[in-house]
Amino acid sequence: MSEQSQAISETGDGHGEGHVETNYVKIWAWLVGLLAVSVAGPFLEIFWLTMVTAFGIACVKAWMVAKHFMHITLEPRFVGYIVMTSLVFMLLFFAAVAPDVMNAEGTQWVKPSWLGQPE
Amino acid sequence: MSDRPIATTRSAAGMPTGKLAVWWVVVSEIVIFGGLLASYIMHRLAHSDWGEQAAHTNTWIGAFNTLVLLSSSLSAVLAHKAASEGNGPKAAKLLWLTILGAVTFVTVKGFEWAHEIELGYTITSSTFWSFYYTAAGLHAAHVIAGAIIMGIVAVAAAKNRELHRVELIGIYWHFVDLVWIFLFPLLYIAK
Repeated sequence: MSEQSQAISETGDGHGEGHVETNYVKIWAWLVGLLAVSVAGPFLEIFWLTMVTAFGIACVKAWMVAKHFMHITLEPRFVGYIVMTSLVFMLLFFAAVAPDVMNAEGTQWVKPSWLGQPE
Repeated sequence: MSDRPIATTRSAAGMPTGKLAVWWVVVSEIVIFGGLLASYIMHRLAHSDWGEQAAHTNTWIGAFNTLVLLSSSLSAVLAHKAASEGNGPKAAKLLWLTILGAVTFVTVKGFEWAHEIELGYTITSSTFWSFYYTAAGLHAAHVIAGAIIMGIVAVAAAKNRELHRVELIGIYWHFVDLVWIFLFPLLYIAK
């Protein structure tokens, strides 16, 4: 993406000297544009398109915020690793619990009716 | 012996200790919000009828609050830039602008909730509304906490003190923005 100007910043904030300074207003404009797309998506009433414009764009926006505002790519590599580890834990939780929540019955078990049956 | 905090003077793992601590806070928050959102997603996938209840949330209000948070993230990162350049007063002004964004967000959310409760959609109405109020409420609590801390940082920054903290509160604030980026489609768009 061409949102980065080539101005050199001497931040002294732990990122080291000489990192490429970001045009933050331009990033914000991109984020607002993507927000508009995610709001407009459901008006087309196409399910898969709504999912893409809602959650696909959410992922893109999240990455843009993490990269350009939080400067995660300028941090030591282990920061990315611990963030990824927490996301993996979240996925493990989902994988372990979702079958019980999303199924009405399984091998040698039936969900009690008072829990509410999935459709 | 220096009387400055260890978080300011000591560098561990290639970054100042205070910044390392903020990243650990962010990681622990990912697990907290991640667990909550993962629970919501698995229940939402299992109950398509939740879509009818989600239809009562106001997409435009959610979109407006998203715009407010994205804009407050811009002012937060510009405050960090000003602090990096040694301009504490400018950083402080931008932090107060960010706080204004937080106040706007919480105020809008207050009116939104009041309206929904008036219509009879309370935290005990159904599992969907329980998730809605829990997730949005936990997030709003983080917005309020962030705004308070930002005020403390801004007061010091205005006097050109502890400018490194501007970046630290910024990282936290961007994370709060990140959480909302996912809450918005989950609660307001997927109907």
